[in-house]
Amino acid sequence: MKRVTLMFSLILAAGLTAQGALAQTLKTVKDRGMLSCGVTQGLPGFSAPDDKGNWVGFDVDLCRGIAAAIFNDATKVKYVPLSAKDRFTALQSGEIDVLSRNTTWTLSRDTSLGVNFAGINYYDGQGFLVRKALKVNSALELNSASICLQTGTTNEQNVADYFKGNNMKYEVIAFSTADETVKAYESGRCDVFTADISQLYAERLKLTVPADHAVLPEVISKEPLGPLVRHGDDQWLDVVRWTLFAMINAEELGITQKNVDDQAKSDKPELKRIFGTDGNLGETLGLTKDWFARIIKATGNYGEVFDRNVGAGSKLGISRGLNQLWNRGGIQYAPPIR
Amino acid sequence: MATSNEARKPPLQLAARLRRVLGGQAGWSGFVLQVVFVAVLIWIGYEIVENARSNLAAQKIASGFGFLSNTAGFAVSQALIPYSESDTYLQVFFVGLVNTLVVSLIGIFFATIIGFIVGLGRMSPNWLLARIAGGYVELIRNLPLLFQILFWYLAVLATLPQPRQSISLLDSFFLSNRGFGLPKPIGTDAFMPFAIAIVVGLVASLLLHVHARRQLFAKGRVMTIWPMNLGLLVGLPLLTALVLGKPVTFEYPVLRGFNFSGGLRVLPEFVALTLALSTYTAAFIAEIVRAGVQSVHKGQSEAGASLGLSRGTTLRLIVVPQAMRVILPPLTNQYLNLTKNSSLAVAIGYPDLVSVFAGTTMSQTGQAIEIIAITMAVYLVISLITSALMSVYGWRISRSMGA
Repeated sequence: MKRVTLMFSLILAAGLTAQGALAQTLKTVKDRGMLSCGVTQGLPGFSAPDDKGNWVGFDVDLCRGIAAAIFNDATKVKYVPLSAKDRFTALQSGEIDVLSRNTTWTLSRDTSLGVNFAGINYYDGQGFLVRKALKVNSALELNSASICLQTGTTNEQNVADYFKGNNMKYEVIAFSTADETVKAYESGRCDVFTADISQLYAERLKLTVPADHAVLPEVISKEPLGPLVRHGDDQWLDVVRWTLFAMINAEELGITQKNVDDQAKSDKPELKRIFGTDGNLGETLGLTKDWFARIIKATGNYGEVFDRNVGAGSKLGISRGLNQLWNRGGIQYAPPIR
Repeated sequence: MATSNEARKPPLQLAARLRRVLGGQAGWSGFVLQVVFVAVLIWIGYEIVENARSNLAAQKIASGFGFLSNTAGFAVSQALIPYSESDTYLQVFFVGLVNTLVVSLIGIFFATIIGFIVGLGRMSPNWLLARIAGGYVELIRNLPLLFQILFWYLAVLATLPQPRQSISLLDSFFLSNRGFGLPKPIGTDAFMPFAIAIVVGLVASLLLHVHARRQLFAKGRVMTIWPMNLGLLVGLPLLTALVLGKPVTFEYPVLRGFNFSGGLRVLPEFVALTLALSTYTAAFIAEIVRAGVQSVHKGQSEAGASLGLSRGTTLRLIVVPQAMRVILPPLTNQYLNLTKNSSLAVAIGYPDLVSVFAGTTMSQTGQAIEIIAITMAVYLVISLITSALMSVYGWRISRSMGA
């Protein structure tokens, strides 16, 4: 009931807030001096507190990038941990300014939740984690299996579609948080744990013996994950969207956290435009001329963010795959800054 | 003149009486004040709803109750009414509601029994029994419920084997970490007459019981009715079964692939939740029962003892009926608490109303205001019905005691 009460107060807040306040998020954030960013309740690699209690991760770096672009200080972020179920209400009610919490872009979410997706920072798909001892090699061998998953995700419908489409029986046990789901899977209540594949790799680290569990090869859905903002504030949407695009463009142009200061002095016309030594692209966003350099100095480019948190340089070791740049075999692509 | 002979009627009191009812001591001005107050309340409520609605529209958040007829498209692990992925959100609502009611009713049943046993045990002259009961109350009452639910769930799961190594009894009952599988009775053609025979037997033996009581009170005659009751309750259905053949056949659970198919299955989530809710609430009920019994004057049990009644009989016939008047109101509160606490089910994946409706349905449709409003209304109605039933029971008790 406590959760219901919380939801109710959030909703009431949504009902009582004046509409005008919601349309000027950038100004509100600047006045507050702090960005409020919705993240997971702890998903290693994406958003989780480190041993010093600081939030780190792939999704966290986007929040840090936005804060850097606005305040030139990546630490000016208040992280709000949210369950899958509560995340949209928190955004709708104004509790958070941006939701950066591996959230799948779908039509119904885009149209009926009053939110806008600012872009895609991770191309994912849903998969299955099983015990190696079961000797299952394909998801098609999972007939009559018990499946643990987290409620409030796109995963619930995907599983139903997949098993029904393949005429297989199944039983779904849905939990409210990822931790409870993993615990139930580990206790043997379920044969299968299903989630987005990136999440499976991250949650596997929490198991007692991660090596005893394997991700099946089937990818049963498209899960384009990205940050969201409230509907009806285009300026704020632009800020979030172009923070992400700035990171992707930086990788494409070979601008890294280390060489960003040198590159900023370059007299190539394209770089002068990006770094704001020529023109005022940053100001048209409602930011400063050096917005691009601020972001890259704080977080590094998209490739660095990926490697550090979830890729080769991290415990998760996820390969770039679809998330490689478009000109290196992936589909990660950002419109040009000009 | 004819009219002068008639007795004078008293002046009409209606207006004065109305004034007092509506306006209280302040008279008509008090009445006006009340009307204004209600109007302001209605206006505030209207403003909240209107503002929320226009904000939702401006933010392009869907609203209204149309979503209830959309296809849900997700599975629910325990559905006691027919349900499949292609059913509507409305059906999901009913599935969740039934699951909530079932776990609450069974929880209330066991909580009451355990609570009375522990409560009476605490006052037992047996030192060990009293200490154990006291320890139970202190331990359970002082630990958070959510923690107990998770404990039972993980404890139950951890001790049970995988389905392939399940503990089986007679190859028809299976216990594993997927739940408790048992044979499912399926009615044959002979089922209806069999069921009718049982009902007839029940009604007849009940009438017999009433008759015997009346004989006892009216004429002081003791009737021996148990052989007749046995015949009615067991003999009659047995006879129909012998004449018409087996009333039910059983479908046995069979291990197929990862899981048992066929038969009935009690989910571990359900067991853990019922266990946690009933043991937790029982600790409070035990204290209520103790307080109730101790509120009955000592002289009552001494009177019972002096009549030569045993301690148990004194409790049953003299003390507890009087204690019920004290026990009932706080007991109702505990029943309401148990029902509301059942919403913690979501922590262990039991598909109650909050989990499937205020959880999955809400995150799929995004219609938080409507869904939370419906869910709150449901809990309110359940609670009001429970307390109404308890009030009726309380009224009967106090009436029968002539209080």
